Amino acid sequence: MSTVIIILVVVALLAIGATVATVVVRRRRPALVAPPPVAPLPEVLVPEEAPRPELRDEPAMRARLGASRGVFDRLRGLGAGDVGEDDLATVEEVLLRSDVGLATTEAVLDSLRRDGAPEGVATAVRGVLRASLDRPRDVVEVADEGRVAVWLFVGVNGVGKTTTIGKLARREGERGHRVVIAAGDTFRAAAADQLALWADRTGADLVRAHEGADPGSVVHDAVGRAAARGADLVFADTAGRRANSSNLLDELAKVRRVADRGPGQVLETLLVLDATTGQNALSQAREFLAAAQVSGIVLTKLDGTARGGVVVAIERELGIPVKFVGVGEGVDDLLPFDPDEFVDALLRA
Amino acid sequence: MFDALTDRFERLSASLRSRGRLSEADLDEALRDVRSALIEADVELSVVRAFLDAVRDRLRGQALSQSLTPGQQVIKAVHAQLIDILGGSALKITYAPRPPTVVLLAGLQGAGKTTTAAKLARWFAQQGRHPMLVAADLQRPAAVEQLRVLGASIGVDVFSEPTTPVEVARRGLETAQRIGRDVVIVDTAGRLAVDEALMDEVAQVSAAIAPHYTFLVIDAVTGQDAVHTARAFHDRLELTGLIVTKLDYDARGGAVLSARGVVGRPVVFAATGEKIEDFDLFHPDRMASRILGMGDALTLIEQAERAMDPEVVAESAGRLMSGTFTLDDFLAQLNQVRKMGSLGGLMRLMPGMTKEMRTAASSIDERQLGQVEAIIRSMTPRERREPALIDGSRRARIARGSGTTVPAVNQLLKQFTEMRKMMRSMGSGGLPPQMGRMAQLAARARPQDLPPGFEALADATRPAPSAPAPRGARGKKKKGGRVTPPKGR
Repeated sequence: MSTVIIILVVVALLAIGATVATVVVRRRRPALVAPPPVAPLPEVLVPEEAPRPELRDEPAMRARLGASRGVFDRLRGLGAGDVGEDDLATVEEVLLRSDVGLATTEAVLDSLRRDGAPEGVATAVRGVLRASLDRPRDVVEVADEGRVAVWLFVGVNGVGKTTTIGKLARREGERGHRVVIAAGDTFRAAAADQLALWADRTGADLVRAHEGADPGSVVHDAVGRAAARGADLVFADTAGRRANSSNLLDELAKVRRVADRGPGQVLETLLVLDATTGQNALSQAREFLAAAQVSGIVLTKLDGTARGGVVVAIERELGIPVKFVGVGEGVDDLLPFDPDEFVDALLRA
Repeated sequence: MFDALTDRFERLSASLRSRGRLSEADLDEALRDVRSALIEADVELSVVRAFLDAVRDRLRGQALSQSLTPGQQVIKAVHAQLIDILGGSALKITYAPRPPTVVLLAGLQGAGKTTTAAKLARWFAQQGRHPMLVAADLQRPAAVEQLRVLGASIGVDVFSEPTTPVEVARRGLETAQRIGRDVVIVDTAGRLAVDEALMDEVAQVSAAIAPHYTFLVIDAVTGQDAVHTARAFHDRLELTGLIVTKLDYDARGGAVLSARGVVGRPVVFAATGEKIEDFDLFHPDRMASRILGMGDALTLIEQAERAMDPEVVAESAGRLMSGTFTLDDFLAQLNQVRKMGSLGGLMRLMPGMTKEMRTAASSIDERQLGQVEAIIRSMTPRERREPALIDGSRRARIARGSGTTVPAVNQLLKQFTEMRKMMRSMGSGGLPPQMGRMAQLAARARPQDLPPGFEALADATRPAPSAPAPRGARGKKKKGGRVTPPKGR
C-alpha cells in the first residue's frame, strides 16, 4: 500500500510541478525580487536566567493559581437536589472552559443527570472530577541495590522541560539524593548550556556532549558517572522537537533502553506539559506514552490564567498521573500535585 | 494540522451527503456535530455559539439551492462562516509613509517569539524591504544571542544593548532611522498576562516606539486560555493581529479560530514549521478549505513552486507524458517531493483525496521513502532505464543491495510499470479526474479570485464530467503573470 501512495503522490506532484514549471518558464520570471538563499535555521543558545527568589516555605498551590472568573462563581451558586438543564449548561461551560474536554464533561453531566446533586452541584461535580484523579502519584527515587535510578524527561518544545529538571534537581538534592543531569537534548547545544546553569545552581553534576551527539551515549555516560561517583539519581533530558513521529519514537525508545541497561534503572518517565495546552495535550500524551512508557506528568505554567484541565482527561483516558506542578519561574516553584487543590482551582469552588 | 477538526467535518459531510432533504431536526443534529468538532478543537465557547448561530442564519435566510444537496448547503454555510471567523481575506501589510514601519511582538513564554521575529524579518526582506531586528528580550540573556545568530543567518542586522527594554526599543528605532532600515521588528520577553509588572513594561515599550503593527505570538496548541491571553494583551497593547506558531504539529488550532471572534483581531501570519522559510501570511479561505478536508491546492502549488526545480520537473514531466519516464526520473522526482515536506502533509493539501488515502500517506515516514530510494539506487543504470530487464536473480541482488526483500522490489517495479502505462495513456487521452482538477487549479494558480475550494468539493460529489486534456491545463498567459484558462472548457 505504501509504495502505491508514494508513487501516486510523486506523480501527482510531478503533474503540478510540470504545470507550474510551464507557467514559470513562459512567464520567464519577470523582474521578481529573488528571495535570498536561506540558511538552515540554527538552534541557538538559550540558557534561561530565571530570577532567583529568596527561599520561603512551600506556598499552597491555590495561593499561586490565577484570578477567578465569573462563570466559575455561578457554579458555586447552584443549589442542591435535581439538576435542571440550565445548571447542566453552566457546569458544561465551566468544565469546557477549563480545557477538561468534551468526553470528560459529558461523563460529568451524565453522572449529574443520573444521580442528581444531593449536596449541591458544585460538590457533585467536584466529586466526579476528584474520583477520576484518584490514583497513586508517588515518585520512585530509589533503585534496586547497586543500581542507579534514572528519570527520563520528555515533552515538546517550549513547555519548560529544562527548567523542570533544574527545579527537580534542587528538590531531590534537598531530599538527600546526589543527582547527575544528562544533557540528552543534543539537538540544541543551548539546552546543555541552560542545564549547566541549573546544575551549577543546584550542585548537581552535568554530563554533556557535543551538538549532534547520540543522546543514548550521553545518558549512558551519565549513568556510568553516577555509578562511579556514588550518585544515586540521573535526570535525563531529551530533545523537545517532534521531528517525524517515528524518529521520535526510535530515539526515545533507544534512550530508554540504554538508560535501563547496566547499572541504570529507569524508574520514572515524566512528560512535561504546558498548562496552556488544550486538547492537543491528549495526543501528545498518547504519543509519548507509546514511545517512552510515560509514568507521570509535570504540569508547568499553572501560575497564569490557564487551568490545565486537560490533565483530567489524560488521567481518565490514559491513566497517567500528574506528579508535579510548576507554578513559577523560581527554583522552588515546583510542587507535588495535590488533586484536591487542583479540582478546587478548576472549579473555583 | 487541524486533523481532529477535519475528521469530524468529514464524517459530518459524509452523513449529510446522503440526505435528500434537510429537516429542522437534521439541521439540529448536524449543528450539534459541528459544535462538538469545534469544542474538541479548543475553540472558545462563546465563539462556538456565535459560529453556530451565524451558520443557522445563513441557512435560514437562503432559498433552497437547485444545484446543491442540503448536505452540501450546510457545508457551504460552514465553510463560508469559517472564512469569516478566520478573518475574511488575508491582511494586506502596508508600510508607513515615513519609514521605518515598526512591528512589535509580544506573547507568553515558549510561544516562539524570537524565532518568529527572525522569520518575519526574512518575510519582509523577501518583500523587498530592509528590516532590522531589535532584541528587547533582556529577561532571557540568551534571547539576544539567539536573535543575533538568527539575524546573521538571514542577513538582517540585530540591535541590542544591556539597558532596559524601553531604552533598547527606543534606541533601536533611532538606529534604524539612522542607517536607513525601513522595517523594525522588536522582540520582547515572554510574559504571563497576569504579571502586572511585565505587562506594564511591554506597554511602556509600545508607548515609546508607537508601533504600526503589534502582533501577539501564540502557540497553535493553546487551549481555552488563548482567549484570556489575547484579551489581556489586547487591553494593554491594541493588537493588530496574531501570529500563530507551531501550526505544523497536529494542533487543533482553536486559538486561531477564536482570536478573531473574541478580540476582533485576525490571524495575520502563521508559522507552519521549524525552518525559517516555513512562514507566510495566513490565508483564511485556504485554511477554511483545509479544515473542512477540501484540500488546499493553492498552498500545494506555492510549495511546489518554492521547492521544486522547474528545469528538472519540466524535463521529467515531458518524459512522463511520452511514456519514457525512467526510474531515474522517478528518483529525481521523489527527492524534489521530499524537499517539500512530509507526504502526509502534502496529501492533506491535495483536493479530492479520500480519508483512507490521507491516513495511509501520513503513516508513511521517511524510512519508507528511503527504502524506495535504496531499491532504485541498488539498480544498475541500465536497469533503471529498462526495468523490464530485471529478472529473478537481478531482483534478489537488488533486494540484497538495498537491504529490503524481493517482494518489496517486486511491488515497486509493478507499481512503477503500471503508473507508466497509465501515464502513457494519459499522454494521448485525458488525465484522471483528480489530477485534471489539480492541473486546472495549477494553471489558475496566480489569480487571487479563485473560488476558495468549494467547487472542488461540489465537483467531487458529482460524477466528474469528461476530464480535460492535459495540454489544456497550461492555459494562456496574460500580462502581469495572470493565466486565463484555455478556451473550450
